[in-house]
Amino acid sequence: MTAIDAGAIGVAGEAPARVAKYRTCRFTGLRIEAQAEALIKVNAVAAVVFLAIGGLFGLLVALTRWQAVHLLGAEWFYLVLTAHGANVLLFWIIFFEIAVLYFASAVLLGARLAAPRMAWLGFVLMVAGALMANYAVLEGNSSVMFTSYPPMMASPWFYLSLILFAVGALVGVAVFFGTLMVARQEKTYDGSIPLVTFGALTAAIIAVFTIASGAIILIPTLLWSLGFVSNIDSLMYKLVWWGMGHSSQQINVSAHVAIWYAIGAMVLGARPLSEKVSRMAFLMYILFLQLASAHHLLAEPGLSSQWKIVNTSYMMYLAVMGSMIHGLTVPGAIEAAQRRNGFTRGAFEWLRKAPWCNPAFSGMFLSLVMFGFIGGISGVVLGTEQLNVLMHNTLYVPGHFHGTVVAGTTLAFMAMTYLVVPLIFQRDILWPRMATWQPVLFGIGAGGISMFMMGAGTLGVARRHWDTTFTDAPHAFEHAPGAFLMLGLNGIFAVIAAIGGIMFVVNVVASILVGPKLGGAQTRPLTFPLHQQAAEAASTYGSHATVKLPGTIILVGLFFSAFVLYYFVNWKYLSELWLFR
Amino acid sequence: MANDGDTASSTPEAAPGPIPVMQQVLDSPFLLLFLGVTLPTVLYLIWGVMEIISVPLAD
Ligand code: HEM
Ligand SMILES: [Cu+2]
Repeated sequence: MTAIDAGAIGVAGEAPARVAKYRTCRFTGLRIEAQAEALIKVNAVAAVVFLAIGGLFGLLVALTRWQAVHLLGAEWFYLVLTAHGANVLLFWIIFFEIAVLYFASAVLLGARLAAPRMAWLGFVLMVAGALMANYAVLEGNSSVMFTSYPPMMASPWFYLSLILFAVGALVGVAVFFGTLMVARQEKTYDGSIPLVTFGALTAAIIAVFTIASGAIILIPTLLWSLGFVSNIDSLMYKLVWWGMGHSSQQINVSAHVAIWYAIGAMVLGARPLSEKVSRMAFLMYILFLQLASAHHLLAEPGLSSQWKIVNTSYMMYLAVMGSMIHGLTVPGAIEAAQRRNGFTRGAFEWLRKAPWCNPAFSGMFLSLVMFGFIGGISGVVLGTEQLNVLMHNTLYVPGHFHGTVVAGTTLAFMAMTYLVVPLIFQRDILWPRMATWQPVLFGIGAGGISMFMMGAGTLGVARRHWDTTFTDAPHAFEHAPGAFLMLGLNGIFAVIAAIGGIMFVVNVVASILVGPKLGGAQTRPLTFPLHQQAAEAASTYGSHATVKLPGTIILVGLFFSAFVLYYFVNWKYLSELWLFR
Repeated sequence: MANDGDTASSTPEAAPGPIPVMQQVLDSPFLLLFLGVTLPTVLYLIWGVMEIISVPLAD
């Protein structure tokens, strides 16, 4: 498994004009095709660049909401807030996801990438869209924030840029489906696809609905901004827009759950406890997760309670069940693997002796815990029609989604990057000590901003609001002093998150450029080693049935107690607002 | 490495015999794609659009 053969293995494809070139990975034995590798590289680099830009904007926003600092003026605040949302939630996340799709299809299945020219075209469209969006926002006439609700109107460049970006992403998704077909036809795998690839498939399916909704709404909105359409109904806009805005978050969830499984497999040799159960959980996502788009419309008149409740409760809880299953099986698979690796003492030796110095593992595990405890629980509370009124449009909302999309998705993607750099860029991590601390620091920062924004929101502080003290309001209003404490703590943890973010970007960029080379005739071992069975566990279908998981059961019990307690505390809180006597 | 006895990993799920129906469904990406797009389109988008259209206009 240590041989390198970087030469061309001719493969009889449909188009003889293009002979796919493969190399064999010295660490995993996986066959990696050159075009897939190049496209993973460029998408990952673009992702990191936009994370750097967008994260900086996030820090500026947090420092403005910290009342003692109040950094930016009002005009700049809304501009920078718009730029923050677009760069991190669209560009960082989606470039990375395209890299994940190519990795989970071409690399894990050992196949060639279908239609690499199309994939390059998609990439170029995405880059053009992302640059154009930044131009439109920084120019100053598109401070419409992430949701861009009419009647606020951005410049046509803004809508056009999002359309270009979305078309590019759709091309990437199509290449993923094509690659699955190629792998099946060329028989590069037996039986069923591995779970990580199945998770990526889930993300890709949700992406199709997401991008279709985006096209349905953004094209008329572009025409409206150009003056060809006289009016966009704002409720209709919200309905269709959230088909995109919410579903895209479900792409993130599916992708980062797939990454949790992937990192467990590659670092610890963890196999799913049961492929069947985990795949059923992903099926719940495919069927039901997108319906939860309706939770953004819970406070809208004009939509019936039946529609709201069917879409956010009955059906949606099936998707929540999917998440609960992953919440059990991901740590369960890790515990089972660690017990096989010899850490069998007590309930928690497997966790204590886990490779905490390996940033891929620590980032993954922190992402799992914080996504569940912070993002997950608050999400169910916000998504319940009655409880939603407690926090609607307060800072609780960004608090919740920084728990999901920063502490959860972003941290998981960062963790994965520590594997992508050595395996795909073939460079070792330049500063291992810094890499070890980075997920912890970023995790503390991200967890902090999530919790403190939730705290401020619980005390009634509005989201997207420059003037927290209401200096210009005709009627004076004062927040509880605790609210300002929360905003100050949010600012401090934003600085911590930003430091963690900078450590990530600097280390990754430096490693890619000048990190110790791993390719060619090198025999250098990895600083953060993989499990011997990494490739087999990640790239083949199969389970490791175990039920002896005391540690996981305790962790899950803890999670349930926290969940139930917090859920009912909020009902209690609600009942105090509505006194029926 | 002390092992726990249960090293018999990777259960032979691909055992000979007919492939269960559910596994066949899960092995069909385009069927899943169809379901995953249709369900939210009908329950969320179409139903939602119908409700919005039926809101009476003020005059
Ligand atoms: C250094 C890290 C980050 C900090 C300090 C930060 C901070 C903030 C703050 C304070 C807000 C504004 C709340 C308000 O006044 O309404 C905000 C909004 C937002 N953040 Fe972050 N954030 C960070 C990273 C991220 C990342 C990585 C993502 C996505 C993956 C993200 C997505 C968003 C979105 C979508 C909004 C809402 C924008 C809007 O309301 O239009 N943030 N962030
Ligand atoms: Cu949502």
